[in-house]
Parts: sequence; C-alpha cells; structure tokens
Amino acid sequence: MNIRAEHEIHQRRKGRNVGVGLMLAGFVVLVLALTFVKITGGDFALPQIEESQ
Amino acid sequence: MTDISYQPQTHEAEASLGDYFALLKPRVMSLVVFTALVGLLAAPVSVHPVIAFSSILFVAIGAGASGALNMWWDADIDGVMKRTAKRPIPAGKVTPDEAKTLGVALSGMSVMMLALSSNLLAAALLAFTIFFYAVIYSMWLKRSTPQNIVIGGAAGAFPPVIGWVIATGSMSIEAWLMFALIFMWTPPHFWALALFMKSDYDDAGVPMLTVTHGRKTTRVHILVYTVLLVGLAVATAFTAIGGPVYLTVSVILNALFLKGAFDIWKRDESAAEHDGYRVEKAFFKLSLLYLFLHFGAILIEAMLPASWGIWA
Repeated sequence: MNIRAEHEIHQRRKGRNVGVGLMLAGFVVLVLALTFVKITGGDFALPQIEESQ
Repeated sequence: MTDISYQPQTHEAEASLGDYFALLKPRVMSLVVFTALVGLLAAPVSVHPVIAFSSILFVAIGAGASGALNMWWDADIDGVMKRTAKRPIPAGKVTPDEAKTLGVALSGMSVMMLALSSNLLAAALLAFTIFFYAVIYSMWLKRSTPQNIVIGGAAGAFPPVIGWVIATGSMSIEAWLMFALIFMWTPPHFWALALFMKSDYDDAGVPMLTVTHGRKTTRVHILVYTVLLVGLAVATAFTAIGGPVYLTVSVILNALFLKGAFDIWKRDESAAEHDGYRVEKAFFKLSLLYLFLHFGAILIEAMLPASWGIWA
C-alpha cells in the first residue's frame, strides 16, 4: 500500500525540478553553440607561441 | 514510511517555478528584449545569430536579475500597494533572501556570460544598468525624490544601447538617440499611471510627483515632458536610424500622444474622478503602443534596403 499520498506540493516540486533541469540543459547547449561559433569564426586564432631564438 | 517533511501550513505557500520567474518581471523583460534587439539590428554591423540570441538572452537575464533585486528591496511597499501586492514576496511565495540571492547570482552570471558572448563594453554597460536600477533607483531615488522616475528611467533606456554595443563594440549617437527616446518617454508614462493608481503611492509613502506636488502639477509635467519627447521622437526620423516609415509612424503617434497629454493637462481632478480616469488610462495604454511602434519603425528601417532606409 502506498502510504505516501501524492500531494499537490509534490507536483509543484517536480515541476520546479524539471524546469531547473531543462534550463541547465539549455544553458549547456547554448554554451556549446557559442563555443562552436566563436572558434569557427574568422577572427579566432590560437595564441602564438614565440619560439626562443 | 511517512513523509515527515509534509507540513501543509507551510507548504501551501511554497514557490513554484512560475513564482521565481515572476520575480524577474517578465513584462519588463519583454520590453528590454525588444528594445535591445532593435538596438542590435539597427546597428550597421551584422552579428552571428547564435551570438545575437545568446547576448540578448543574457541582457534579458540581467534585466530580470535587477527586477528580483528591486522586489527584494521594495517588498515592504509592494505589500502596501494594490498594484504590487500579489508579487511573489508580499504574497508569501518567495522569501526576501531567496529573491536577493537569485538577483545577485543572475546578475553575476548574466554580466560574465555577456562579456564572453559579445564584448567587455556591453557587459560593463549591463553591469552598470543593473547597478543603476537596483541601487541608484530602487535603494536611493525611489523613496527620496519626486524625480525618482525621471532619473531612474535611465535604467530602462540602456537596453538599446547595449544591443548596439553588442553588434559594434562601441557607442554612437544613434544608440544614444534610442536611449533618449525611452528616457523622455518614461516620466509621462509613469505619471499617467500614478494619476489613476490614486492612493497606491500615497499609502506606500513613495514620493511620486502626485504625492509631493499634487495632481495639477503632475498634469503640467506630463504635458511638458510630452512636448519635449515629441520634438526628439520626430527629429530622430532625420537621423541614420530614421527614414520615411519611421517619420510616418512617428508623426501619427506623436500627434495622438500630444493630444492625450493636452487632454490630461486640460481637465481637473473632479472630471477625472467622475469618469474613472478614462483619459489618463487611455494615455497610459497609448504610451505602451507609442514606444513599441517607434522601436518597431526603427527595426523596419533597419530591415529595408539601404536606399529605402535612410534619407537620400
């Protein structure tokens, strides 16, 4: 027998957790896309290593 | 096993995701997104869509963060005013500390991410805007001077400048024209609201012009600021961000806005009370349309081919 009655508060907490999870996932995708655009852009260059001598 | 954390009397008020979102003042955020986007697209430099999207998103988050800080600071007076009594903190959904933490965290995150996605100047402008709204306006001016919304209006005027700087990396006269448009628009917009939200500001002890100098003076101020705004808005048509489409839209809107301000100035308090502040409410609604359509016209001018978009 399920004695943990599903209360409205549990649904609200679940909604909050799912929402935060989706936002974090979206943020990861956004940073990935930004990184890709930045490093494939024309003005991107790796730092030059100055050789001694 | 029972869920020992279950306490109905406290959980009834537990916040949902929507309550935290409401802390960010979504309606203000939508205006920020729109004006910043217009600033970005009106600039004579194209931006990669991913960079444009993420930069505008971080500007919106920064604006939302300043909204949360404003709600944290103003929780006491928000509870007194009818217009704001249902906000998450006075409604008991979110604690003031949660709002403060959210505001500070999102402020830092949005400024850092904007610096990475666009440039340092845009990020510095966003940081200054958040500081201006949360500290200069909310903590200092709002409760100390009837010029609160005149000076504080600058915070709402920065987004198109930030949008322009995201694209170009520098500021220019066109960006400051868009700033001036919002800056001059803010006082008549808020004073009209203060006229028909009759007792709110009195009850909260906020020194709005209606409280400190009376309603007649407020009506005069609305007219004066509107006249100044009309000159600025129409003159913008003859700059690089203006053009024939903007001029047409601006002339029509400014004629209506000027008539509205004149009607407000002309009538007295008893007439306003008699018809439930019909003219003041109509002016307030028109002011929202006024700003939206002016920036919409700037956007259209930016989208048109060069030969259409600027005066030959």
